[in-house]
Amino acid sequence: MAHDAKMLTGVMDATDDVIVSGPSIYVYEAPVRLWHWGNALCITILAVTGYFIGSPPPTMSGEASDSFLFGYIRFSHFAAGQVLAVAFLARILWAFWGNKYSRQIFYLPVWEKTWWKGVVREARWYLFLEKEPYKYIGHNPLAHTAMFAMFTLFNLGMIITGFALYSEGAGRDSWQAKAFGWVFDIWPNSQDVHTLHHLGMWVIVIFAIVHIYAAVREDIMSRQTMISTMISGERQFRDEREG
Amino acid sequence: MGSATETFYDVIRRQGITRRSFVKFCNLTAASLGLGPVAATQIAQALETKPRIPVIWMHGLECTCCSESFIRSAHPLVKDVVLSMVSLDYDDTLMAAAGHQADAILQETREKYKGGYILAVEGNPPLNEDGMYCIDGGRPFVEKLKEMADGAMAVIAWGACASWGCVQAAKPNPTQAVPIDKVIRDKPIIKVPGCPPIAEVMTGVISYILTFGKMPELDRQGRPKMFYSQRIHDKCYRRPHFDAGQFAESWDDEGARKGYCLYKMGCKGPTTYNACSTVRWNGGVSFPIQSGHGCIGCSEEGFWDKGSFYDRLTTIRQFGIEATADKIGLTAAGVVVAGVAVHTAATAVKRLTSKHDHHRRNDHQ
Repeated sequence: MAHDAKMLTGVMDATDDVIVSGPSIYVYEAPVRLWHWGNALCITILAVTGYFIGSPPPTMSGEASDSFLFGYIRFSHFAAGQVLAVAFLARILWAFWGNKYSRQIFYLPVWEKTWWKGVVREARWYLFLEKEPYKYIGHNPLAHTAMFAMFTLFNLGMIITGFALYSEGAGRDSWQAKAFGWVFDIWPNSQDVHTLHHLGMWVIVIFAIVHIYAAVREDIMSRQTMISTMISGERQFRDEREG
Repeated sequence: MGSATETFYDVIRRQGITRRSFVKFCNLTAASLGLGPVAATQIAQALETKPRIPVIWMHGLECTCCSESFIRSAHPLVKDVVLSMVSLDYDDTLMAAAGHQADAILQETREKYKGGYILAVEGNPPLNEDGMYCIDGGRPFVEKLKEMADGAMAVIAWGACASWGCVQAAKPNPTQAVPIDKVIRDKPIIKVPGCPPIAEVMTGVISYILTFGKMPELDRQGRPKMFYSQRIHDKCYRRPHFDAGQFAESWDDEGARKGYCLYKMGCKGPTTYNACSTVRWNGGVSFPIQSGHGCIGCSEEGFWDKGSFYDRLTTIRQFGIEATADKIGLTAAGVVVAGVAVHTAATAVKRLTSKHDHHRRNDHQ
């Protein structure tokens, strides 16, 4: 393989091919990765069960006491939702302990000129107007914006409407009703909250499509690793050029 | 309809009811309000000592279904409520007086019992054209309503009209009908929604206020907790079918015949707060779901504007189209997938055409 000699680390395998590794840095600590994949699992369960709650599967036959299908679907949805909410709280806590990249998704540095430039530059890269993207240790500014919108704002919105809807079954005296009942001051008919929560699922589905596409594309096209970074936590760069 | 100074006890004794029956009534009322045995004594004492509270019952833009429901109350019988418990001083639908005579009663009550009467409102005021869409006694109803609310102790909003607006406030609401809490802002309002509300709920609310001289405990939307704290769904006798995943899929299928859950047929029980599945209607005979039709959510805010009564997913009309959340979401997701595919193709083309440059650049380094 014809690569720059400076980047070789001299690791060989049985057929004498040299395995190349560029400079790397530990970005995503274990709790962040665990949260990411846990979240992915929860969201998948939530989206599938949520869809079935809106449009139930074909009717079951036999005695009502013989099956509990819809009960299990709803239970899975509620359980995954509670795990997602607790994981979100834990993730917020980790932002206090973790490295600076663990805080990235919770705010946007809108006061930084370089950050704004980065957003524009990254957008231009996606519009094929730039030859190559910049290298970033954490999220690139465009991805950063998407993560902030989805996981700090939107995720919170889904958790709030989710718990408000859950409080309908838990009862008016439940802590869920006390903490999230104010949602029904905004939308007095909870049918509207159901509809918004349902639309929210589709926003997340669309996010997931774009997110997976961008991660795969960047993994191939950019100058740094993406997917493996969320598995090992290590970000590797494929060149040592600046900019 | 009589002076409001005598007590309930005086009235029923005058009507020849024995003390034994009176105590029985107190016990039954305490039980039906979900209160303990001590409350029965309290009710008895209140009815023996407290003067009857005058009630003014006004009708705005409405269909009188609340009154129709009210007069069919079985526990307590409405004759007990109207003739004994309540001093119903004014109700233009039920009273014998009419015209100026009736209007005079309004003024008299307002002056004589200022701050001491209960104003029950059926229907709501339309605000468009200065309230000219509802004229009562030669004046816009909204003026009369504000005037009477001013001297009231508390206000009861009967039905979906007074509580939420109901059909006359449904889009596009040409008369600009509004629920009464939009025009009465400085008085406690008890919302008793439903189209109509259940008779026993109506008389129950009145009995409570009259016997205890205070408002029942209300939820955050102003509805009495004792009747509106649970959904139809929570106490529905078809709930086991819901949990089992047994649904009627059309009105004439096996599931409908077997009495399966009507969730897929658009039943609004899961989002409707009311007492239908426990108190039921017509003296406890039945309620919509029991007779095979889904709940239409008539006690909920804006229930006319929440899509079809027969669809599970609400129709959304915001963008000039009629679609459910699923249709909108699926379309948007489809567009995004197409966008991703195009972008992928463009990326591949770009990559292939610039491959040559890429190699040359690497060689130069």
